[in-house]
Order: sequence, then structure tokens, then C-alpha cells
Amino acid sequence: MALDGAIFPIIRTVGVDGMLVSFGDRLSEPANRAAIAFRAELDAQGWDGIEESSSSLVSCYVRFDPLYLSHAALRTRLDALMSERDWLGADLPHGRWLHRIPTVYGGKLAPQLGEAAAAAGLSESEAIASLSETRVRVTALGFSPGQPYLGELPECWDIPRQQALTPKVPKGALVVAIRQLVLFGVTAPTGWRHVGQTAATLFRVEAERPFLLAPGDEVVFAPIDEAAFENMRHVPGGGVHSEMLA
Amino acid sequence: MTRALIVHRAGPALTLQDKGRPGWIAYGLSRGGAMDRLALAEGAALLGQRDAVALEMGGMGGLFEAGADLRIALTGAPMRARIDDAVVVWHASHLLPRGARLDIGPATSGAYGYLHVGGGFEAPEILGARSAHLTAGLGATIKAGTRLTVGHDTGHETGRKLPVADRFTGGRLRVVESLQTAFFPPDQLARFAAEGFTRDARANRMGVRLNPDGGGYGVDGALSVVSEVISPGDIQMTGDGAPFVLMAECQTTGGYPRLATVIPADLPRIAQAPTGARLAFRFVTMDEALAAETAWRKHIAGLPRHAQPILRHPADVPDLLGHKLVSGFSTGDHQDH
Repeated sequence: MALDGAIFPIIRTVGVDGMLVSFGDRLSEPANRAAIAFRAELDAQGWDGIEESSSSLVSCYVRFDPLYLSHAALRTRLDALMSERDWLGADLPHGRWLHRIPTVYGGKLAPQLGEAAAAAGLSESEAIASLSETRVRVTALGFSPGQPYLGELPECWDIPRQQALTPKVPKGALVVAIRQLVLFGVTAPTGWRHVGQTAATLFRVEAERPFLLAPGDEVVFAPIDEAAFENMRHVPGGGVHSEMLA
Repeated sequence: MTRALIVHRAGPALTLQDKGRPGWIAYGLSRGGAMDRLALAEGAALLGQRDAVALEMGGMGGLFEAGADLRIALTGAPMRARIDDAVVVWHASHLLPRGARLDIGPATSGAYGYLHVGGGFEAPEILGARSAHLTAGLGATIKAGTRLTVGHDTGHETGRKLPVADRFTGGRLRVVESLQTAFFPPDQLARFAAEGFTRDARANRMGVRLNPDGGGYGVDGALSVVSEVISPGDIQMTGDGAPFVLMAECQTTGGYPRLATVIPADLPRIAQAPTGARLAFRFVTMDEALAAETAWRKHIAGLPRHAQPILRHPADVPDLLGHKLVSGFSTGDHQDH
């Protein structure tokens, strides 16, 4: 790959009006933390000419008006910000949320818990304990509006994607692969294993905060039984409890 | 009585569109908005208004009735259009009197036509815009039987047209190197800039698939490429090696490697390339791309000045004797400003 040997962080252009600061070429916990922290600092700087920013798994993206703020000027500023501190060791920004999302593990609502547990070398009850006790972080949002990638799970969850796609998992499905979780915002096909089911609504246009989750937020998938889940389905937001992290 | 346009017949891909909703990439929501941003600006220039919501018509239009006297403009992919029995010209504004029927057929070239109304279409504002974003579940396609509410119109002029350069038949698109260009081997990059492509039948508001004349494209170790931000215009190489140009409703991040990015000024040309159109790509430097961006913004800003009265050929006027042909007198000088 062309980034082999690159010394991170690196800056690359994205089309005519974007720049990307990357902290690695593969997902890692420190690179994700750096991307989130760097973006928070960038937003706090409030440079003229910046139109939008986001963080993805290992990078911070900046969209800007290149006729107002030149490529050279933006690059100089980003370079200065990059060398200001060790971003891989940076603290996560303030203003993040912790969400407790009620989740049914296994059973007919999440039929692949057994095979995922086996792949991880765990019993089903050990798997539930591991998944529900790990506080995971939203590493990025994408695929559908508000849909999170979450990590990082303990090493035993470094299990591959399935060979074949599951044709359809329902909205609210919690799926696992490669030490990460995805919580589906829409009904979709997936190569990841369906281990839990939630009633969470990730995107509500009429809500004060239309997106439940933001990059950097933390999530606990708290176990509930199927009877409790049936009740959650009728609760606005699916019974998710959110609090601001101190 | 609210001002409205009544939809009696609807093509399969009618949506209300504006410039989209920037600012939500971090949450996984792409900007969306009109596929052909230039067509949006042309309609606004013809009607002397700004930032109005227009009706985007993919492939074909529909049958519409004015619920009040409306000013309309037709831009983007030229489509067969009539007001009652009279053929009307495209890239132009017209009066659609109350009760008149506007019949818009299939595109004669290009892919997306636009119907604009004086005052714009009204639609609820969601996250800062009124456009439909189908993949995100915002808004919906417009069906027959819909009554589209039209906003208050402060303008008066109709019967104007814009000279429009052809962007409806494919052609050569300018691209810049992007974040993953260097992942591709040099021979693929050289071939990409040299060979021809045909626009596949598979295309929608998310993207346009192209078939290369030669073999497929791809990078070694593509499965280990970490997902990164997507920008409209990115040319993504899917699993089977066919390029896919990502458009208004693309995802915000993706793992397929991307070879280059079409510059904004040329996005209308790829949006409007119909099935079977021939396309090619040319790498330009960032300086050239920025010069093109400057020229493109200048062109858009200057559109209102280029709108001019429609001059009809007498043979095209069905009831010539009913028209008052001479009013007052003429000096014979051209009033050319």
C-alpha cells in the first residue's frame, strides 16, 4: 500500500475543497482518539473559510472554501496544529455522552450470538457478559444517518466477517466483527454477525438532537430479556438512557 | 386559496431539490441536493430569484396543472414540453396561467430536467434544507395526485431564455488526484486517463456506474483499506473493477478505493450523461482545478445577465394573426445591452 512507511499524521487533499489529517492507516484505538480530539480542537479554533469538519475512524476531515482560504494556508495551519501536541496521547474532548442502550442478546431476535461466541472462544453467557460490560466508544458514524461503528472490544472478538452476507438484519440490530460493533439504523444486509437487538432510534428528524450518537460518545449495551424488549419497542427512543460525561 | 401546482401524472424520479444540507457529514448524512447544481442556478436566474426549491425530474417529467397563475422555468436535461397545445422551449421561462396544463415528456438528451416555479416550491425544512434525500429517508418521490404548494412570487418576468452549452451527452471530465490516488499502480492511472468509458444503465442519486473499454480497476490489499470520508465526485472502484462516480446522495464514508475526484464544475456533466453516453477523464493540477472553480462560480454569478427574451420564429406561432405584431414604432436599432 502507498501509505506503508508514511510517518503519521499525514495530510492529504480530498477533491478540490477538502483536506484529511490521518493518524494511521488502520483502525487503532489511539488513532481514533487522536482523530476525535484533533477535530474538537479544530472546531474550537473556528478558522475562517472552514465549512465543515468530521472525524472518521482514523482521520479528521475538513471541508473549506479554497477560493477564500488557500490550500497552502490551510496546510500550514493544519501542520502547526498537528505538531502542537502528541495527538495519539490526547485526552478525549468534553461534551461527550454516555448512552445505555437496552439490548436483547441471542434468542430468536439475535440468532447469531451462539456462532459469534464460538468464534470468540466463549460460552453464550460469557459472550453476553463481555459484550454488555465493555464500554465501547463511537469511533465513526456512516453508512446510514446516525449509524455508529463502536469499539474496541476485547481481543477475543477479533473474529472475521462471515463469508456470505446475511441478506437482512432489522433496524436496531447489533452486529459484531473484528473487535467492533455496528448498530444498524436501517434494515440492511451485512457480513457481520447479529448478536443483539435493540429498539434504539438513531436518527429522529423531529428531535431536538436529531442524531442520538456523535463520534467519541460512549455506549453500554445493557442486557434485557425479550419481555422487557417488547415494552421498549413502544417507548420513544427505544428506552435509551443518555447522560453527559463529566 | 394557496398557490399550487397539481401533479396529474408523475415520472418515476420526481423529487424536490435545493442545494442540499451541508454540515452533517460527521453524523453520516451526506449533503444531497440537486444532481445538476448548474440547472438549479439557471432556473433561479431565469426567474430572477435565489435559492428556491425546484422539482428534479429523472428521465421524464409528468403532467402538471397550474392552480394559480405561475411563472415557470425549465432547465437541465431538455425534455419534450407543451403548455396546453403549444410546444415550449427548454432553458427558458414561461407563464403557466391558472388551469393551463404543462406536459413534460421524456428527456431528449441528458438525464435530469428541472421544473422551477416563481416563489419556489414549499416543503418543510429538515436539518437546514427542504430537499428530499431518499437514501436517508428524508422526503419522498412526488407521485400523481400530489398538490405542490408554491411560495409567494415577487417577480413578473417570463419569456426569457438562457444560452446553454451542451452538458447532456457525456464528454471529457476533469479530475484531480485525491487521497487514495497513490494506492493505484501507475499503469492503471495512465490507462484511466487514456481510455474511454460508457455510462452504464445503473445510476441513481447515489452514483453513476461506468464501464471501461478495457479491464477493471483495483488495488492490491483493497480489503485492508480503512474506510475514509467520501466527497461527491469521488471515483470509487467497486469489487468488480468498474468505476462508480459518487454523487449527491453518496454515503459519507466508504472502504472501496477511489482513484480520483471529478471537479465540481464538471459534476453536472456526469450527472447529465445518459445511459450509453461516452465519457473520458483528464487529470488536472490543483491550480487548474482552482482556476476552473473560479470560472465556474463566475459563470453562475453571471447567469442572470445572460437571460434574454425568447424570440420566436413566426412559423412557430400557431395563431399568428391573433397576435398584435407591431406596437408603437421601432427605430430599427438593436437594443442590445
